Amino acid sequence: MSDLTRYRAAGSDAPDSGSWGAWRAVFQRDLRIALRRRADTGSALVFFVIVVALFPLGVGPEFGLLRRMGPGVVWVAALLASMLALGRLFADDHADGTLEQMLLSPTPLALLVLAKTAAHWLASGLLLVLISPLLALQFDLGGEAAGVLFLSLLLGTPLLSLIGAIGAALTVGLRGAGVLLSLLVLPLCSPVLIFGAGAVEASQAGLGVTAHFSLLGAMLLAALFLAPLAAAAALRIALE
Amino acid sequence: MSWTRYAAPQRFYPLAGRAVPWFAGLALLLTVVGLVIGLLIAPTDHQQGEAYRIIFVHVPAAWMSMIVYLVMAFWAAVGLIFNTRLASMLAVALAPTGAWMTFLALWTGALWGKPTWGTWWVWDARLTSELILLFLYIGFMSLHASIDDERRADRAAAVLALVGVVNVPIIYFSVKWWNTLHQGASVSLTKAPSMATTMLAGMLIMALAFWMYCIAVALARTRVIILEREHGTRWARQLLGNS
Repeated sequence: MSDLTRYRAAGSDAPDSGSWGAWRAVFQRDLRIALRRRADTGSALVFFVIVVALFPLGVGPEFGLLRRMGPGVVWVAALLASMLALGRLFADDHADGTLEQMLLSPTPLALLVLAKTAAHWLASGLLLVLISPLLALQFDLGGEAAGVLFLSLLLGTPLLSLIGAIGAALTVGLRGAGVLLSLLVLPLCSPVLIFGAGAVEASQAGLGVTAHFSLLGAMLLAALFLAPLAAAAALRIALE
Repeated sequence: MSWTRYAAPQRFYPLAGRAVPWFAGLALLLTVVGLVIGLLIAPTDHQQGEAYRIIFVHVPAAWMSMIVYLVMAFWAAVGLIFNTRLASMLAVALAPTGAWMTFLALWTGALWGKPTWGTWWVWDARLTSELILLFLYIGFMSLHASIDDERRADRAAAVLALVGVVNVPIIYFSVKWWNTLHQGASVSLTKAPSMATTMLAGMLIMALAFWMYCIAVALARTRVIILEREHGTRWARQLLGNS
């Protein structure tokens, strides 16, 4: 009890501790774990590349067709790859009890969820964004479309991580959490897919892409605020 | 007597038991009236012929699929916020009915689409968002089913239902805009320019029948859930022992 009050008192006057300090600590810790488990972190990326590579094998190597399908294929593959990575967002911390300590800490849980999601995106979503120009080349998308694809993924993948965090929190510690997670999250992600892939198709058709980017940005802002709250509520339910 | 009196499962159980036959009877009666109007009295459509008559099942099912989701999310929220058991049970009882209505709307839509548009399925905005709604129902039910602890399952599923409610309008409009961006000239779902009064009457009566059906089925399912969860209590044991 006295420890807790002292901790709280220290948090209130020291500039580097408190909520922001806890946020940074969790963020850096998760990032460090991701860097040390390179095989785990890389597997989603490899999955992404493989899925995209399977499509030309399935539908044929004709460039006209691939150019039309490219944006959608890359986006769907990104959606699936981010689902794959999401399972680990809370599972390890739940297994070793870290998550319970986070629930007990005086820092708002939603902030810690945001820190974990941000670190998770840097270690999974951002990698997908960075590799996407290469995949755009394979689908003969051309410079401008590849750039739009890159930007749309840059706006869209954090959104996938945020929406996915809700699903990951709801399914933490459950049997068969992986499939269930996809079942819960994929329908909710359909607007992101529509506007993400739609932006690239609009640029291919010579139309403006600002509307798509504005909508993606608006959804990202809304999700930045709401998704951590919902995920925090789900975590409290999972661990009560 | 306060309005929360029937929030206790023990008191709600007999109340629902008395209400179910009334709603079921009304559903049956309205269905017969609605179908007689729809299938026998309403005039043949000059564009679609007799095929349009599936509207009397299709439109009420589509309405109910959305209304039931809202009602389900409402009760889930009540259960989550006020921690009332009965509200969560109602939400859980509504989910299969809503999923069934969504499936029925999709199925009758396909049956309607074949003779009028020449195809079973179109990636139309309404069809697509209805399909995603079905996925949301399935997600709700499978999340609830995969958590063993009932109260935890109720609360987790409630969070999902609320996230879904926020998302449903976004999904609807995104699919709508996606559709207009994708397809230039496509089949449109616009109704026949003027709807005969008997057609409208038949459809509204059928919609009422579907309301009654959904209420009856949801209440009956709630009764089963109450018994299942309260089977350890004295009143439930007495009830089960006597009957």
